[in-house]
Amino acid sequence: MLQSISHNSVGKSDVVAFKLADQDFCIDIGLVREIRGWTPTTMLPHAPDYVKGVINLRGSVVTVVDLSARLGFGAATPSHRHVVIIAMHAGRIVGLLADLVSDILPINDDHIQAVPDIASNPAREFIVGMITLEDGRILRKIDLAQLLPAAHGVDA
Amino acid sequence: MADMDEFRDMFFVECDELLEVLATGLRQIEQPGFDVETVHAVFRAVHSVKGGAAAFGLTTLVTFAHRFETVLDLVRSDRLDVTPQIMALLHRCSDCLTDLVGTARSGRETDQTQVEGLMTELAALIDTDTPEETAFEFTPISLDFDTPLSFDPIPPPAAGLLVQMTPTFQLYRSGNDPLALLNALRKLGEADVHLDCDAVALLEDWSPEQPGLSWQVRLSGTATQPDVMSVFEFVEDCCALSIRPLTVDDLPPPAAEPVAVLADVAPVAEVVRETPSAAPPRAVQQADNPQAAPTIRVALDRVDRLMNMIGELVIKEAMLSQVIQTAGLHEQPDVIAGLDAIRQLASDIQESVMAIRAQPLKLVFQRMHRILREAADATGKPVRMITIGEQTEVDKTMIERLVEPLTHMIRNSVDHGLEDSVTRQRRGKPQEGTITLSAAHRSGRVQIEVSDDGGGINRAKVRQIAEDRGLVAPGANLSPAEIDQLLFLPGFSSKDEVSALSGRGVGLDVVRREIMGLGGRVMIQSTEGQGTTFSIALPLTLAVVEGMLIQLGDQTMVLPITAVQETLRPESTMLHGVGHGSQLLSNRGELIPIIDLCTSFGVTQPAGGPDTGVLIVVETDSRKRAAFRVDAIFDQRQVVIKSLEQNYGRVPGVSAATILGDGKIALIIDPEEILLSMSNDQGRRMAAMASNG
Repeated sequence: MLQSISHNSVGKSDVVAFKLADQDFCIDIGLVREIRGWTPTTMLPHAPDYVKGVINLRGSVVTVVDLSARLGFGAATPSHRHVVIIAMHAGRIVGLLADLVSDILPINDDHIQAVPDIASNPAREFIVGMITLEDGRILRKIDLAQLLPAAHGVDA
Repeated sequence: MADMDEFRDMFFVECDELLEVLATGLRQIEQPGFDVETVHAVFRAVHSVKGGAAAFGLTTLVTFAHRFETVLDLVRSDRLDVTPQIMALLHRCSDCLTDLVGTARSGRETDQTQVEGLMTELAALIDTDTPEETAFEFTPISLDFDTPLSFDPIPPPAAGLLVQMTPTFQLYRSGNDPLALLNALRKLGEADVHLDCDAVALLEDWSPEQPGLSWQVRLSGTATQPDVMSVFEFVEDCCALSIRPLTVDDLPPPAAEPVAVLADVAPVAEVVRETPSAAPPRAVQQADNPQAAPTIRVALDRVDRLMNMIGELVIKEAMLSQVIQTAGLHEQPDVIAGLDAIRQLASDIQESVMAIRAQPLKLVFQRMHRILREAADATGKPVRMITIGEQTEVDKTMIERLVEPLTHMIRNSVDHGLEDSVTRQRRGKPQEGTITLSAAHRSGRVQIEVSDDGGGINRAKVRQIAEDRGLVAPGANLSPAEIDQLLFLPGFSSKDEVSALSGRGVGLDVVRREIMGLGGRVMIQSTEGQGTTFSIALPLTLAVVEGMLIQLGDQTMVLPITAVQETLRPESTMLHGVGHGSQLLSNRGELIPIIDLCTSFGVTQPAGGPDTGVLIVVETDSRKRAAFRVDAIFDQRQVVIKSLEQNYGRVPGVSAATILGDGKIALIIDPEEILLSMSNDQGRRMAAMASNG
């Protein structure tokens, strides 16, 4: 529902911009529930390496995904300076581990460019578009659906 | 029209109750020496379903219910004998009515062939037994205390007074209530009240100054005209009144289709509801059963929310007690007393909420009668079912999730458990098989048993099949109990030919998985020639589990206490290596495989080597034993179960998660799955060895 609200406004949307290994990324603000500091996770056995574990979010068990590992920058060593972006996707709550959140920015949809053909790179499949900001920075817009495979774990 | 939807929902909820009355009643009628009142109750149930359905324009339902009701009326008035054939037909009609209500609720297509088939069968009964259907006794509408409109099956009285009252607009304006007048009339004698709303104008033409409602009251008994007049003493000038003695002609108005009248006044459908009990004067009845506590209907998610919050409370309480400990306040008596009181309260609240969620197993057991009937029909085996302890209460979620496993078990018992009647006769058993479905609370768990008086498990055959399907090695040394366990293996089906009933490719393994999903276990007991009993043991709730807190490397995990047999710190003489990496524990002469949980979960092990740590001997529901090696045991406590699947997915060897006192998440271990994966590994190894050799 949140998603539809953010897409409703004609051609405009807000994004949450964050840094990861000195690169700028962003996701649609409609998906973001809250941003919290890093807290140690409980590991999940047999999970993919980019799943950091689970945390307690006011009584819910929330998976934390290490974006750095997922995008191919190598596993992050989280400290108290790291942030977890709590996002809602397809009815599931997920935490995204990032270095820091920089801005909330309004974006014109027509400013989003397609991703140029760059060499095969794990990051590419998760990026849906590039946005050039006025100050020359480039925001890479992340597709949460790609990032989180339909179902983690093993089905019975 | 939102209100209409609400009424519709209410109607369906009521239907569920009425259908239950119907099904229960029919079963009672089957018993020798049944109460005539039961027949009335059954009749009224069908009638009320019909009435409600008419108000919502559910034509198929109304037509069918009407025909059904007509036949029931024949039974009621002793014009139709209750033969087993008739009973079977009535049962099928009851099932069909349930289906029709179900399809009406979901808006699906109805199975017309089934309905029409039954309609024809019913019509045949009506035709042969009563040439004219019009002879069917109509039901006068009576007005009662707090259910303004209701159908009363009691025949109209022969003598008394006929009171016609038509209140004018002034009566309403002066704040008088016709109901109060009617109630006053009831006190004078038995009253049959008919509401005449023919004069009520359509809404666009209707004016509040012309209410148009008129009541006709047939008052039986000794009441005299002055008695009636005294009732109207204060409203004489604003109520048109006529009183005359009742004559034989004053039978109730031709209410052959009373429902049609109700359909016209659909907006008041809310009150078109029949009290399931008989006896008209409700006030008296209430005085008779003061124990019938008032109830409310609450949406389940509200209760769930409450349950979640209590879970949080328990966690917060644990956090608080940890903080107090660290702050060094735990020696202070008042702090301890306060904390204890909070803990006590929290657990009381938890129990109360669990009691709200608890529902009698009757809801599931009821449905099993139908399953049994269908299974008996399909196999041609005469079967009866005895239910015991259907008032036993379990958590609401469990009720729903028990339907499928129990259905399967009942079918299994009829299809595979019971012998056919010829064999039964030869063995000197009654031709009719008996299946007993029982439930009871036993030491903090709910025990449900499905037993049959059939031939028992043919272990030689079971073994043969398992060997044929490669489920066990030929000639393996198996105890009878182990052979029985083979039935639960996936892909096992013991019937030679695939039957339409239970041989649908799903076996008892599905039952076991479902029950395990509920935190329960299934066991079999079987005596050759005498029968088989399947018992299901379930926890009382799905929300809390008693667990042992263990340490694995830097992680804390929870092991459900139900699986734990003993804990021990082994002497080196008790440990025996087998091949590379495998170890056995010899404990009081028994050899138990050791599983290192750190390795199973891929936790980095602290320095110390494999000989440190504690062993926990566990036994799973399938009676498999193993010793889990853990680094340390902390504590034993109740933990609140949190779903891991909701936001993540299933993790092998882990059943759920919980939140500890420090706010961290701990995983709850599923010992059964760990043992299963171990034996699968061994199986694979053995298979690999076999294919290599």
